[in-house]
Amino acid sequence: MSEPRTTSLPILNNDGMTRRTALKAAGATLGAAAFAAAVAPITEWAASTSVDEFLQQHYRELSPEQLSEVLTRLEKETKEKYGADVTIKDHRPQEGVQFGYALNLSICVGCRKCAQACHEENNHDRASGNSYIRVLEMTQGSTDLEKGNVSYDHPVPQPGKYYMPVQCQQCDNPPCVDVCPVAATWKEDDGIVVVDYNWCIGCRYCEAACPYHARRFNWTAPEIPAEEINPNQSYLSNRIRPQGVMEKCTFCLHRTREGRLPACLEACPTGARVFGNLLDPESEIRYVLDNKRVFVLKEELGTRPRFFYFFDE
Amino acid sequence: MPLMTHSKRQRWTRLASPLALVGLLVLVGFAAWAASSGPVGPPAPALQTELPAQHPVVIHQPAGPPVIDTGLRDAKGQPITANCTTCHATREANRTTNDGAQLVDFHTGLHSNHGGLTCVSCHNDEENYSSLHRADGRPIAFEKQIQLCAQCHGPQHRDYVNGSHGGMTGYWDLTRGGRTRNTCTDCHDPHAPQIPLVQPVFAPRDRFLPPAIDHVGPQEGLIQQHFSSEPAHE
Repeated sequence: MSEPRTTSLPILNNDGMTRRTALKAAGATLGAAAFAAAVAPITEWAASTSVDEFLQQHYRELSPEQLSEVLTRLEKETKEKYGADVTIKDHRPQEGVQFGYALNLSICVGCRKCAQACHEENNHDRASGNSYIRVLEMTQGSTDLEKGNVSYDHPVPQPGKYYMPVQCQQCDNPPCVDVCPVAATWKEDDGIVVVDYNWCIGCRYCEAACPYHARRFNWTAPEIPAEEINPNQSYLSNRIRPQGVMEKCTFCLHRTREGRLPACLEACPTGARVFGNLLDPESEIRYVLDNKRVFVLKEELGTRPRFFYFFDE
Repeated sequence: MPLMTHSKRQRWTRLASPLALVGLLVLVGFAAWAASSGPVGPPAPALQTELPAQHPVVIHQPAGPPVIDTGLRDAKGQPITANCTTCHATREANRTTNDGAQLVDFHTGLHSNHGGLTCVSCHNDEENYSSLHRADGRPIAFEKQIQLCAQCHGPQHRDYVNGSHGGMTGYWDLTRGGRTRNTCTDCHDPHAPQIPLVQPVFAPRDRFLPPAIDHVGPQEGLIQQHFSSEPAHE
């Protein structure tokens, strides 16, 4: 523009308003608005996160005193947010125990009672119907997981079909652990892969890395009525997860590290599930591994699962 | 890490068995001495740490001989039931009956779909109607039905004994708690042992799936067929 500039404010004299100024102003306004929108989740997140939680160390770096403080704080927060009295413990692996799980595909009828039991036991969000178990309806003669149907809604078992519940395989070579940029997930000494929900940044790399689609993301803060909350909780397991973090099956470590059977096994009406200590030669799981035709999912990936499938005949 | 734990445990077990043997010998000696010298005290605490107590595995028992609903009600509105022997003490069974449709009187509505078995293949019509009988004719109580079923279903019984058939609740670690196991008839109707068709519960509500239809009946609607023929969007 070649017109002489005036000293008056551009808003009072339109002639003084150059295209450049207008674009700058518009850009600045849009930029500020975009920035505000972009940081909005952070301000909301900050409101829902206490200073103590923000400053908390990684689970494995906590001293016993710090851990006990954290557990007390989490119990208090659950009471405040959900109105439920819960006990959050820190269950540690047992010496001489390596967990293994096997599932009899000849027996499973696909009723999804295991998925329901998981939902209730692990304090999953009620609205999204989350569960660590997906039951695939498969065509006999094929083990192509991509052809499995999870949304079947007809009486089961259907002829020509078999049913394959899939949950975390607790791999001995877990790809999900390898990809975590902040080491918020790791494999414990008894074989269970766990997540420190307070350390997870929610990048979902692990969800992408898992070949079994076993990890879940908390898109929202779980909503559960107080009377439905399972009060027997563990830090690494079924305590109510915060929004924006990953979670996964922990073989119900809050039960199994107390010697109890997992909730999905107890719920199975056909007895298709076998759980136990791989190091105990007398255990049921060892009987299955020694005597049945056993296979693991996607063996070729080298993930070395702890979850086995078998047929009777 | 698992390997290390394994070898550690092996070493421990190798060490533990002679230790346990020594402990046992000491206890036997102690018991012999105690028996000769007076009342036996509490067992040596050392032995308890060597051999942790095993909690029991309880097999869930059927209530006992079944009863027949007479269709009548007592003064309180409770159904009146009858024992098998109430009628069959005097009334002989039809040994050829192998289908529920042939049954009359109190047995109407009973269905049977269990191979080619007749009623008296399992029910004892010889001496005591309130019991069952083995293939060789020896009577067996209703509570011990597992042995009866095992006569034909050997592989299932073998797996049951080894813990890979039949559901259970309780503890995998029997040193820390007991376990309750199902008996055959908890899951299988003895008259029609195949697990019947069931409507699955808890349809997934994945964000990428079409919304689930809750509480649909056993009939197959068009939408359901659409669902079942479509591969999962997983």
